[in-house]
Amino acid sequence: MTAAAQIAFLGRRAFLRSIRQPGQMAFALVFPLFFLFVVASGLDRAASLPGFPADSYVDFMFAIPFVHGALFTALNSGIELGRDIDTGFLNRLALTPARGIAIMLGNLAGGVALVLIQYCIYFAGGLLMGAHFEAGLLGVPVLFLLAALGAVAIGATAMTFALRSGSPEAVQGIFPLFFVGLFLSSMNMPRNLMENSWFQWIATVNPVSYLIEGLRSLVIVGWDPEALAIGFGVVLGAIVLALATSTHAFRARMTRT
Amino acid sequence: MIHVALAVGFRGLKKSFTNLAFVLPALMFPVIFFVGFAGALSDVDQLPGFDYAPGYETFQFGFVMLQSAAMAGVFTGFGIAQDFERGFARRLMIAAPRRSGIIVGYAITTMIRWFFNTLVVVAIGLLIGMEILGNPLELFALVLLGLLVSLIGTLWAAGVALRLRSTQAGPVMQFPIFLLIFLAPVFVPIDLLTGWIHAVASVNPFTAFIEGARSLLAGSTDEVAVAFGIAVPLAALAGIWALTGLRSAERG
Repeated sequence: MTAAAQIAFLGRRAFLRSIRQPGQMAFALVFPLFFLFVVASGLDRAASLPGFPADSYVDFMFAIPFVHGALFTALNSGIELGRDIDTGFLNRLALTPARGIAIMLGNLAGGVALVLIQYCIYFAGGLLMGAHFEAGLLGVPVLFLLAALGAVAIGATAMTFALRSGSPEAVQGIFPLFFVGLFLSSMNMPRNLMENSWFQWIATVNPVSYLIEGLRSLVIVGWDPEALAIGFGVVLGAIVLALATSTHAFRARMTRT
Repeated sequence: MIHVALAVGFRGLKKSFTNLAFVLPALMFPVIFFVGFAGALSDVDQLPGFDYAPGYETFQFGFVMLQSAAMAGVFTGFGIAQDFERGFARRLMIAAPRRSGIIVGYAITTMIRWFFNTLVVVAIGLLIGMEILGNPLELFALVLLGLLVSLIGTLWAAGVALRLRSTQAGPVMQFPIFLLIFLAPVFVPIDLLTGWIHAVASVNPFTAFIEGARSLLAGSTDEVAVAFGIAVPLAALAGIWALTGLRSAERG
């Protein structure tokens, strides 16, 4: 079996395992849309602030469910890997000809397949709430691609935690850390309109801001090469870093085994 | 009953404060919400019609304080459900001469835990420039309001947990509270809300709690009587809900 076939096989397993947990699936689908709905309604007036970059707050927030979805689903991938270690499945898998890279990428591929389906629902939900998408039809795959790469970066980071701890609970425990990254970013307000300089500084050094701004540029500007280049650059950098650490953690785990 | 309540309360507090896995999530969420909303959205107080003297940090603190109070109750409900799944709650019910003390014990744990978490949020708020204009008596009333909201959240979640006795019931405990919390004037005063959310927020009891808390923080007593006038009977209703849940658990 080639590495690609192994990735496809293990990806299918990860995908099916996730969709067989309706509670988790429902949360990952409902929460991001609910959050968009209530925040966009509650902060509708904020769009009238001088210098606000979007016509409505729902446009401004439209990109956020994609990041939420990436976070929930990618974190679940890490939790499932932690469960595989906990139950001894990974040890049994290590006795088969499956390559290490296929095990890791297969796990990530299952998560990515799932978020792509979720993104279709978020996109339709956002449009139903009155959002406008400036980049047009060609922008949709770019939006999905950038958000899915974000999911890969988060998923690979969660996998590192799973491989180091071998416990699904430990991976679940890092959820608040990702949440910090999301809330201390330009999620709710453009950085130039942040009155508090300390918060503006945190949002500026927080890479999540650039992922959000890249996604948001497709919604409210259309095609902004600078925002997209920075968004893709930051996410690809995060993926390289996260995959390097998770590969190292994988080797260490297999050596211990 | 007091002995049962104290024993359950002590166990809950020990579990809450000695296990980082319990301490951190319960503490981090209010901190994240507070810093995230107050920090990023401070420009919102420039909106025409936004008239709140202490500033946006305090405006958000009023919300986060009550949100964490209600959610602390929900977390306790998760704990009760977990105790049933592990068989501990059954043993507890056999051992307790007055079982209503079990609910009181869980409520004591939640309220103390919430108070501790709120102190941390206050400390962070003061560091980032939050102003509190209320006098000591108003602040005492504010804490009392928070404790009442925490009690309502606990009794609601306990009632669900005692009926369903499974952690699968988590969304049933969480989602109605979540809806109430976020369908209130979270980011701007109710007068600045428009459309359907204004209509929903106008009849949402959580709106009265938030407005009461924000008044007390600003050194005013506007809306405070309404907040307590709703919170006290709601706590009594939630108490009946929890006690009938206990009867349901006793029947098995």
